[in-house]
Amino acid sequence: MHVLLGSFAFMCIFPFLYVIIISISNEQSLAENGYQLIPEQWSLDAYKYLWDMKAQVLQAYGVTIFVTVVGTFLSVTVISMYAYAISRKQFKFRKQFTFIAFFTMLFSGGMVPFYIVMTQFLDLKNTMWALILPMAVNAFYIIIMRTFFLRSVPEAILESARIDGAGEMRIFLTIVLPLSIPGIATIALFSTLAYWNDWFNALLFIDDPNKIPLQSLLMRIENNMDFIKQNAMLSNQNSAILKSIPQDSARMAMVVIATLPIALSYPFFQKYFIKGLTIGGVKD
Amino acid sequence: MNRVKQFFKDLYDNRIWLLMILPGLIWLIVMKYIPMFGQVIAFKNFRFHPDGFFASVFTSEWVGFENFKFLFSTNDAFVITRNTLLYNILFIVVGLILSVAVAIILSEITKQKLAKIYQTGMLFPHFLSWVVVSYFVFAFLSVDRGLFNSVLGYFNIEPVSWYNEPKYWPYFITFISQWKGVGFSSIVYLAAIVGIDRTHYEAAMIDGANKWQQIRHVTIPMIMPLIVILTILNIGSIFSADFGLFYQIPRDSGPLYSVTNVIDTYVYRGLMTMGDIGMSTAAGLYQATVGFVLILITNYIVRKIDEDNALF
Repeated sequence: MHVLLGSFAFMCIFPFLYVIIISISNEQSLAENGYQLIPEQWSLDAYKYLWDMKAQVLQAYGVTIFVTVVGTFLSVTVISMYAYAISRKQFKFRKQFTFIAFFTMLFSGGMVPFYIVMTQFLDLKNTMWALILPMAVNAFYIIIMRTFFLRSVPEAILESARIDGAGEMRIFLTIVLPLSIPGIATIALFSTLAYWNDWFNALLFIDDPNKIPLQSLLMRIENNMDFIKQNAMLSNQNSAILKSIPQDSARMAMVVIATLPIALSYPFFQKYFIKGLTIGGVKD
Repeated sequence: MNRVKQFFKDLYDNRIWLLMILPGLIWLIVMKYIPMFGQVIAFKNFRFHPDGFFASVFTSEWVGFENFKFLFSTNDAFVITRNTLLYNILFIVVGLILSVAVAIILSEITKQKLAKIYQTGMLFPHFLSWVVVSYFVFAFLSVDRGLFNSVLGYFNIEPVSWYNEPKYWPYFITFISQWKGVGFSSIVYLAAIVGIDRTHYEAAMIDGANKWQQIRHVTIPMIMPLIVILTILNIGSIFSADFGLFYQIPRDSGPLYSVTNVIDTYVYRGLMTMGDIGMSTAAGLYQATVGFVLILITNYIVRKIDEDNALF
């Protein structure tokens, strides 16, 4: 049993270790022997090279961090307000608005109309909003949050606050939110991961090399490192570096750099992630 | 008249709640409901109009079911439907067996620390993007440098051009999807198993049941309702494929389209590379409609089995 599970768990981690090994192999030995588990020669050239090319890498990192922070904040704000409103009995139209959110889970508008709305109606091509807005709200999270509010915020507390003369908005901000930290943290975590790993919206809407996130940068150097190089040319890097590009190891080094933040923070957020998953059924 | 008055009074009385839902509501309308309305361009010959989205939709001429006729007259429609359905069925069956097995084994491991370590390892791929995973796969399948061909070379077997050989890909795709997903999907089952009342097992042990019999006669029957519900819900989304998996992992390799092209990738390519807006919208609408009907049917079945687990 241990062997079975242990080897599967190892299989899940192994490719990442393998990619790390490739990224610290010497390019020469890669060219001669292919990707090896134990390379003949270790070298940090790939990372040195990326350091020399840091303009593009840092730019993409900046885009990803910006989009993730702003997106997560927006997401949590909008979702929790909507979810709280439809969880309160005092709200006369809560059923209708619950349905309005819920229906989007059943029938989708499709990729093409969505694309045209984003580009033609909202005119968001090549803007940061194109990376933030599409993932800002998620009907499924609204429903989960609603369930969470129903369960974790006792009506009695709200009643006593109302008697003390607090307005609904103030009650929401000062009483409900602090009580709902676990639920909100869960949504924030899901949202952060989704933004960090998103490449799809960039694929649809971003052409400008200065606005691509990390994951897209990875996609663009898939076939060659030229993408980073072109931008290096623009910023007048010295051409000696450009001649000796550690193509393969540099690409894998880029993968490592993009994945490291998740791999390092993973042990800390994993517990909350699992808890969050079992936080609430959809029904009340 | 009074009812209208009453309605406005209600709106006014509920203004604080309406204010709270406003940002989300605007988002839902713009990002979800306007595109739903936009699905009508599946029945039109779409032409861009300088006055923006609505003008484009309204001024494009109606062509009825032309786009659909065109779509279903090609071999593509059959291929993408087949691939989407077969892969999803495969994922549901294999995924169910693997994730329940993993959950049971995890629950049987007495050393808590080890179980945690295994789970941490298995959940890791879930947090990686498909772009990153495609690099992982490439490290194994690269023609001139990949591990697979190195190993084949070691045994003096000719290297294989993996990205040009459709016959291997159904196995690769299934394996990779499970590799990424099992850790995640076993979480729910594990939570259910941990929640089973221990007295059931004690009773079984007194009756002389061994480990295997306990699993067969206690664990599996106890989580059966959950298995049924989750499987039926999965069947509801059998018509939508994971775009990232089918687009990133084969690296958009043309020779593999016969086994890797699914509805989602087809719609994307129709829009971005072929520029055939009418037909890709038609394919998308076909997907959305069938998906919608499937969800209604599966939900109806769930309601028949167990009222509490139905979506609506």
